[in-house]
Amino acid sequence: MENNEIKPKKEKVPRHKMPEQDPKIRIRNFNEVPTGYTEELAIAEAKRCIQCKKPGCIAGCPVDVNIPGFIALIAEGKFMEAALKLKETNALPAVCGRVCPQEDQCEKVCILGKKGEPVAIGRLERFAADYERRSGKVAVPPRTQPNGKRVAVVGAGPAGLTIAGDLVKLGYDVTVFEALHKAGGVLVYGIPEFRLPKAIVEAEVDYLKKLGVKIVTNAVIGRIQTVDELFAEGFDAMFVGVGAGARVFMNIPGENLSGIYSANEYLTRSNLMKAYRFPEYDTPIARGKNVAVIGGGNVAMDSVRTALRLGADNATIVYRRTDVEMPARIEEVHHAKEEGVQFKLLTNPVEYIGNQEGWVTGMRCQQMELGEPDDSGRRRPVPIRGSEFVIPVDTVVVAVGTMANPIVPATTPGLETNRWGYIVTKGDSGETSRKGVYAGGDIVTGSATVILAMGAGRQAAKAIHGYLSGE
Amino acid sequence: MNPIIEKQDLSENVVRMVLAAPEIARKRRAGQFIILKIDEPGERIPLTIVDSDAEDGTITIIFQVVGKTTAALAAMKAGDEISDVQGPLGNPTEIENFGHVVCIGGGVGVGVVYPLAAALKKAGNRVTSIIGARTQNLLILEEEMRKVSDRLIVATDDGSYGFHGFVSAVLQNLIDAKERIDRVFAIGPVPMMRVLCDVTRPHGIPTVVSLNPVMVDATGMCGACRVAVAGKTKFTCVDGPEFDGHQVDFALLTSRLRMYQPQEKQSMEAYRCKCHGK
Repeated sequence: MENNEIKPKKEKVPRHKMPEQDPKIRIRNFNEVPTGYTEELAIAEAKRCIQCKKPGCIAGCPVDVNIPGFIALIAEGKFMEAALKLKETNALPAVCGRVCPQEDQCEKVCILGKKGEPVAIGRLERFAADYERRSGKVAVPPRTQPNGKRVAVVGAGPAGLTIAGDLVKLGYDVTVFEALHKAGGVLVYGIPEFRLPKAIVEAEVDYLKKLGVKIVTNAVIGRIQTVDELFAEGFDAMFVGVGAGARVFMNIPGENLSGIYSANEYLTRSNLMKAYRFPEYDTPIARGKNVAVIGGGNVAMDSVRTALRLGADNATIVYRRTDVEMPARIEEVHHAKEEGVQFKLLTNPVEYIGNQEGWVTGMRCQQMELGEPDDSGRRRPVPIRGSEFVIPVDTVVVAVGTMANPIVPATTPGLETNRWGYIVTKGDSGETSRKGVYAGGDIVTGSATVILAMGAGRQAAKAIHGYLSGE
Repeated sequence: MNPIIEKQDLSENVVRMVLAAPEIARKRRAGQFIILKIDEPGERIPLTIVDSDAEDGTITIIFQVVGKTTAALAAMKAGDEISDVQGPLGNPTEIENFGHVVCIGGGVGVGVVYPLAAALKKAGNRVTSIIGARTQNLLILEEEMRKVSDRLIVATDDGSYGFHGFVSAVLQNLIDAKERIDRVFAIGPVPMMRVLCDVTRPHGIPTVVSLNPVMVDATGMCGACRVAVAGKTKFTCVDGPEFDGHQVDFALLTSRLRMYQPQEKQSMEAYRCKCHGK
């Protein structure tokens, strides 16, 4: 990267902002917040890329997208070609362009970032993928000659969809089993419409179906069929990508009062079941006026911004450390603040108070201060004696993490898990203790990102191909 | 898509339906349930699998019209298709030869206790069943229950048929008559299950209840169905649906079941208006 070609004479063009809905308007709707680059903006941004000879950005991408390649095509106005270039290695570009933490990956290593702002790789990826989808001319590559081998993919989330796309292109007969009634995993039940429109996920899933991937919904593997029964039925290999979707509560008094949700339930009701459109959709959700969301990650931001859109007067993040330790993406925190979300930092709930009907009315909290660093390297929050106070609330969302989905590990003898229930794999291949069974994504790593799960799907696809083709 | 094969009104607002669901029919065991969603905007609701026929590839459900989803389901006919049926979910009932078991069902709960009684009978138990309803024409599955029971006692709240009184009084009578009872299975409205547990508790008779709280994903992800059992939070979808009735916090269950009452009412009224408009 030392040999990069920054020409000192060239005028510096600042990174182009993406147009967004005004915060005052967007907190009244569930439409996507950023509206995307126009063609002119996309070309101008693409031209900022200096086409490094040794691009660091590709190595920064878990699925090795040819970043300078697709950006050069956008710069030339060849938007459809740019989309195809993306799809060579990324099964879900419209999704990744929106929800990848580019600031920690490709954009982090962009050479322009050393002296100014990096190329807006994510925004360009989103632009190209959206352009192709909106054109209505999504090209489907010709089907590969079937090789006669069958692979079952358990879980239609980011990892499962990626491996399904990769393997079907290699000629495998791929069936994806999804527990819920809709494919997409966290992309449909977790991430809200205003951050990732569901029509986009549907389009990406449809594309996989056109490639030849079979998707079976309402199929809870471990209940309707076990991994062993799938083998007996004739599958040659299996990928387990069931995620870390199980709820986590804090086990403090009063947590089962009405009006207290896990983030999973709150978001699933709103996103998957479209409760924000009740009564047009049948699933209800509490439209609280004083909503507290416990936690400081992306899921907490998604929940608190959902609460605002459902009509909360006060939507508050309650987090036990400070904003420095907050795991959420800066962009999400920024959006939340713009929208009027309040932040009670160094605050931790210790008890919930309810009324006669069993509905939550208050949350007793402790003020915290930061002590010595803990195992995570972050300074440990320590309660301050005698600092307790009560916040009035009518709805609470507990967003303090998730844990492994236990059904597949519990029903697959010989599948080794660690003490938290995550599946143990060998290296990057996703190989498990069971022959022919591979795993990847959150069920291996614990909750991480969409793109890391996709990277794991990609690696496991290579490993399964190696295993079944004897290479 | 799961087609409705057969539909039958069991009483004024209780319906029996046979659905095509071959994989579930093959796999399901007594005590398990399905999640059903009628159409795209529909809600996901849990319903116990009452019976199944692996050869025909069908499952039977019985439900009472209590809200919009069940009303809309009751308005469907044989040949119509249900958008989503997911299952079998939950843990099967622990079936063994306990000796003398008493299976108690109240209202639509008779549908839930029926597969248990059948499985318990098959496992060699002496089965006494007590089924009850508010009044005679709301009583369901009498003949079916009789077939799988060594003895069947019917009770109606108004005395229009069988014993005049609650099923709990019938059970109390059996206990007072010094009958040896090894296990009780009690399924019905929450107040009924609570009272039955109060009846058996002093005698130390193990009492199994099947809970039916609000659920969304029903695979352990959301926590909507949490209940307190022996002071600990349990998730009905993956830890249940059956629990030791003596340890269940019924007050919590009742208040959580009321969480969406205003919305349920709103939904139902909107649905009724729409139906009348047609």
